[in-house]
Amino acid sequence: MATQNSRSAARFMMAPAVILLLGWMLVPLTMTLWFSFRKYLPLRGGDMGWVGFDNYVRFVSSSSFWPSVQTTLIIVGGVLVITVVFGILLALLLDQPMWGQGIVRILVIAPFFVMPTVSALVWKNIFMDPVNGLFAHLWKFFGATPIEWLSQASIQSIIMIVSWQWLPFATLILLTAVQSLDGDQLEASEMDGAKPLQRFGYIILPHLSRAITIVVLIQTIFLLSIFAEIFVTTGGAFGTKTLTYLIFQRVLESQNIGLGSAGGIYAVILANIVAIFLMRIVGKNLDA
Amino acid sequence: MARAVTNNRKMINTAAAWCIGLLIFFPILWTILTSFKTEAVAISDPPVFLFFDWTMENYSVVQERSNYGRFLWNSIFIAGGSTLLGIIVAVPAAWSMAFVPSKRTKDILLWMLSTKMLPAVGVLYPIYLLFIKFGLLDSILGLTIVLMLINLPIIVWMLYTYFREIPGEILEAARMDGASLKSEILYVLTPMAIPGIASTLLLNFILAWNEAFWTLNLTAAKAAPLTAFIASYSSPEGLFYAKLSAASTMAILPILILGWFSQKQLVRGLTFGAVK
Repeated sequence: MATQNSRSAARFMMAPAVILLLGWMLVPLTMTLWFSFRKYLPLRGGDMGWVGFDNYVRFVSSSSFWPSVQTTLIIVGGVLVITVVFGILLALLLDQPMWGQGIVRILVIAPFFVMPTVSALVWKNIFMDPVNGLFAHLWKFFGATPIEWLSQASIQSIIMIVSWQWLPFATLILLTAVQSLDGDQLEASEMDGAKPLQRFGYIILPHLSRAITIVVLIQTIFLLSIFAEIFVTTGGAFGTKTLTYLIFQRVLESQNIGLGSAGGIYAVILANIVAIFLMRIVGKNLDA
Repeated sequence: MARAVTNNRKMINTAAAWCIGLLIFFPILWTILTSFKTEAVAISDPPVFLFFDWTMENYSVVQERSNYGRFLWNSIFIAGGSTLLGIIVAVPAAWSMAFVPSKRTKDILLWMLSTKMLPAVGVLYPIYLLFIKFGLLDSILGLTIVLMLINLPIIVWMLYTYFREIPGEILEAARMDGASLKSEILYVLTPMAIPGIASTLLLNFILAWNEAFWTLNLTAAKAAPLTAFIASYSSPEGLFYAKLSAASTMAILPILILGWFSQKQLVRGLTFGAVK
């Protein structure tokens, strides 16, 4: 149905969005790539010329690199496990007939809409503060010594805060998938004598696998770059420096642009590896 | 897959779901409650749940002391402006991809999505530098542009999935009746597209409102939105729980209410149509 005329009109209409995004992608990325090969310290001598792959080598060999990779993996992995496992359980529960389902859904989804700086600050002070926090009161009530959450169990605390923020997202998507499950199939299996656990393993879980993959991929991309939660709570101290945070510190705090840019390129590559898998699934869905 | 169950079963489900729901919601509820306490009650041990003298004092103090209104306006301008700009740019693009698809449409869509996955920290310094060069640092305009760009892929995608559901036959019928491209868009498509556009607006407003990387790194005092305003409370000295709670409540309540209306769109918008 498309004529030559409408085709060129279509191209014309697409142009602004394409050009803007192309510029947004290419200009800063080229600059980062350029800086990553230079020794560039704006506050201490400025741009001091080409250094080849020096920054890339130095970024990886610095003593904070591997710990930051480890921290990133623990946080991303921890949050993924918690949100997916509890997300599935919660989705299955919310799918059951009950009174006030709509309200429960609203309660469960709410944390997703809380801005990251608010949730980080509220958790840090009102809940995790070792003196006045609610957890401290609770621990004292049971006669235990309150934990200094953000210094003694810093990574776990951050995993908890971030999981709280992302559990609604996982639940909502998995719930959407659960609701598309064929009820007859379940009923049939029940009549054939399948136990609840068998029904879960052989019917429900396979049905959810696509949704789970999507949750994992999308969350990974967002979790790799969590920032405010660490910025507000620990500022990267107590072993909570993720790769993103390390790069942020190199760039803005120590103003070592070359080194930070090399780190930035690593982060781009890492995100792209995850993105390729996500794109494949999304792309397949476009054909359908 | 809902099936008939006994009332007994339903009761257990209800109890379990409500307990978990309230547990998840509790931090928000507690923050809201604390915002109505005095500072002394807010840190009292054992904590007081409901039976305290409710006060509005924190709200007025926060407003007076920190100029909350300005941050609120900044948030509204930045989130609203970036969303509107994004929609203006994205509607024609999504429209043409949905109704005049070519071989490259799919590639373009996926490429757009890939720009969304660019880690912000990777381009932090270049953006910072460009902002200084063009005098955009700590300006509402600069932040509006950046947030528009980071959300543009999601906006295009959401609109595209909505537009694709509009049956092409209607367009053909309109064309047969001699409608021009302009009137086709104006009288046939627009009315059908409005619900999709509204959902897209809503979700992206929320995403822009809560964005907390660029808003923290590219603003100082003048253009700082609520995300940065709240982060300024993070210094441990002179921290007041009740006031912190009041500020937090004011920052999240409008979006919480909007968010509850956008539940359905959330799934669609954030999974790029892969889960419906």
